[in-house]
Amino acid sequence: MKKHIETINILFCGTGGQGVLSAAEVCGVAAMRDGWHVKKSEVHGMAQRGGSVESHLRIGTNVCSPLIEPGQADYLVCFHEGEGKRLRYFLRKNGFDFVPLLPKASQLPDPRFANTFFLGILAAFLPISQQMWFDALSWVIAKRIEENKAVFNRGFEVGKGLTK
Amino acid sequence: MNEEKNPVQKAFLSGDEALAQGAYEAGLKVACAYPGTPSTEILEYLARFPQVDTQWSVNEKVAFEVAVAAAIGGVRSLYASKHVGLNVAMDPFMTAVYTGINAGFVAVVCDDPGMHSSQNEQDTRWVSIYGKAPLIEPASPREAHSFIKEAFDVSERFDTPVLLRMTTRIAHSKEDVIIGMRTDLPNKPFELNIPKYVMVPRNAYQRHIVVEQRLVQLARFAETTRLNRVEKGSAKLGFVTSGVSYQYVKERFPDASVLKLGFAYPFCDKKIATFARSVKELVVIEELDPIIEDHLRALGIRSKAKHSSFRIGELRPEHLPAVVAGKKKKEEQNTSRKPVLCRGCPHRFVFATLKKIKAAVAGDIGCYTLGATPPLLSLHSCVCMGASVTFQEGWRRAMPDNKKIVGVIGDSTFIHSGITGLINAVYNKAKGVVMILDNGTTAMTGGQNHPATGKTITDQPAPRLILEDLCKACGVGTVDVISPGNIRDLESLIRSRLEQDALSVIIVRAPCRLIDRERRPAPAYDRNKCRKCGLCLNIDCPSVVKQDDGFIEIDRNACMGCHLCVDVCAPKALTKPV
Repeated sequence: MKKHIETINILFCGTGGQGVLSAAEVCGVAAMRDGWHVKKSEVHGMAQRGGSVESHLRIGTNVCSPLIEPGQADYLVCFHEGEGKRLRYFLRKNGFDFVPLLPKASQLPDPRFANTFFLGILAAFLPISQQMWFDALSWVIAKRIEENKAVFNRGFEVGKGLTK
Repeated sequence: MNEEKNPVQKAFLSGDEALAQGAYEAGLKVACAYPGTPSTEILEYLARFPQVDTQWSVNEKVAFEVAVAAAIGGVRSLYASKHVGLNVAMDPFMTAVYTGINAGFVAVVCDDPGMHSSQNEQDTRWVSIYGKAPLIEPASPREAHSFIKEAFDVSERFDTPVLLRMTTRIAHSKEDVIIGMRTDLPNKPFELNIPKYVMVPRNAYQRHIVVEQRLVQLARFAETTRLNRVEKGSAKLGFVTSGVSYQYVKERFPDASVLKLGFAYPFCDKKIATFARSVKELVVIEELDPIIEDHLRALGIRSKAKHSSFRIGELRPEHLPAVVAGKKKKEEQNTSRKPVLCRGCPHRFVFATLKKIKAAVAGDIGCYTLGATPPLLSLHSCVCMGASVTFQEGWRRAMPDNKKIVGVIGDSTFIHSGITGLINAVYNKAKGVVMILDNGTTAMTGGQNHPATGKTITDQPAPRLILEDLCKACGVGTVDVISPGNIRDLESLIRSRLEQDALSVIIVRAPCRLIDRERRPAPAYDRNKCRKCGLCLNIDCPSVVKQDDGFIEIDRNACMGCHLCVDVCAPKALTKPV
């Protein structure tokens, strides 16, 4: 049984095809395997048609609402600058905004690993063990696992630097 | 302790998946559905299990009938659809409540408050009142997993179809769920029973008496079932709520007393009255229609309820303070990016052509509905499945001199409910042009199979419905099959059929680009030839991006190489690459 914590609220966002839901899924599965109560909201259907995609992820010991309220997100993990700006109102005061990190993600040797890179950064802030993250990456993404782990670790190093 | 012997199996499941998992564990044998957001994943999950006979049915009426018949035949069965899907299945639903079932039967319906992917946001709870069937409402994926089992038990105990209702926020939200093993159940014996299953008036009258008695028994059950529960908190403030709204109440008012309705109809009147007396202030929190609110008023119980402006749209947690204070809803602008047809979508060719022809286009539900969005603006009605064909006919009857009316329908939607409209047009001698956009899939809901794809829900080979043969068999004189790739040919074919004084069908056939993802090279762009006329922008392709200086840029990384922009570019600034 996990000790009670204040629910952690993470808003993932971007456009269709950017892997927003997959990134949120990896984080959710990792948290679940680590023993947390997890709720994730997502909306399907129109998403692949280039529309906005957002996923609310909430991690805690007794999570009720599957939705994060405006001004309540601790982290805004965003893969598209425009969407990040549009949804900034979800971020709490002193919440962590990933939009300024987008240039770093575009500098990766393969920019399609941006999701994993951001998950690595996020992992530095969350109470989830590294093994659970790796398990979740293998389970959800399932391909190019060694490369994903390497990019994840790079992100984790960057995240550690930012937590200070 | 026992964890090593029986390790707890956890899965991260959506409401749809958790419900399907629970139904599987409850010994489900038959499941039928037609795809519909947000319910589609229920059958997709169930299709993985060889022990469950799953199918994509032609439409929801067929799905309901096959499933309820299987239950009458002795095996636990399930129907799933979205709210408007149930509209199609209302005929069998209403009378199945009279006949009752044999083995358990649950009709799972997913509402879409806020219309994330729907043409309306009707409140399916009315259907249980109208149809006199019990209603079960889980408030989370974990509850979906356990409540479906209770639903089957209620169905068998009271010999009734059970309506289990979720909303988008539950169907598509995920939660960690503890999953279990399947219980295989023996078939119930199938008994021929004419007074029970043949609803001629004499029998139906007797069955109505049974239905009313059953409602009384169900109301008694509502008082004691664990599906309804009182969470004792402060005596100052109490909430009556159901569905996902319950979660928002717990989030915002963790200290309040709560009466959570999981068995939402018939109402547990005694429990409600007792709860009302236990708190100083009583507030009803429910999404969409004032069903609980009106019932409390009928019982003479004083309570506060939301302002009527909150009957529209999704009820979100941040609305709760305003709701409790009795305030009006503040309408917010929808700032999210509009959905558009995918890059390379064959429908774009059709709508660019219809826009040029300036046709009045009767449409309906599918990816092609996006032909209505600006700047395409080339689809002019969308009301319900199959209406493309019938609206084409209705408009023609009203305006016999308007020779530019076209009906545009998708392959799956045509099979669902366009065929009957086409036969009607032939039989009642209507003229006009019906275009079937055949992209070989049920696209908008995520690419499911249907009778004309030649594959079952599990991708096994199936007899293939040949649409052109079907249209001819319906009696349509002229049936053309054309690929949309050459828009000049497409335009001249549509124009010539519009000029004829006859009913004709044009099948536009090209695969959905989310299935056939093969990319051809992006077009070449010569700025010097570009006149900034905007013709390429009018086709609304996400890969044709307007620049600040008025020129355009092709997003080469995402372009599918369909070359429609090349076809419409008059100055030939855009050309096919060498």
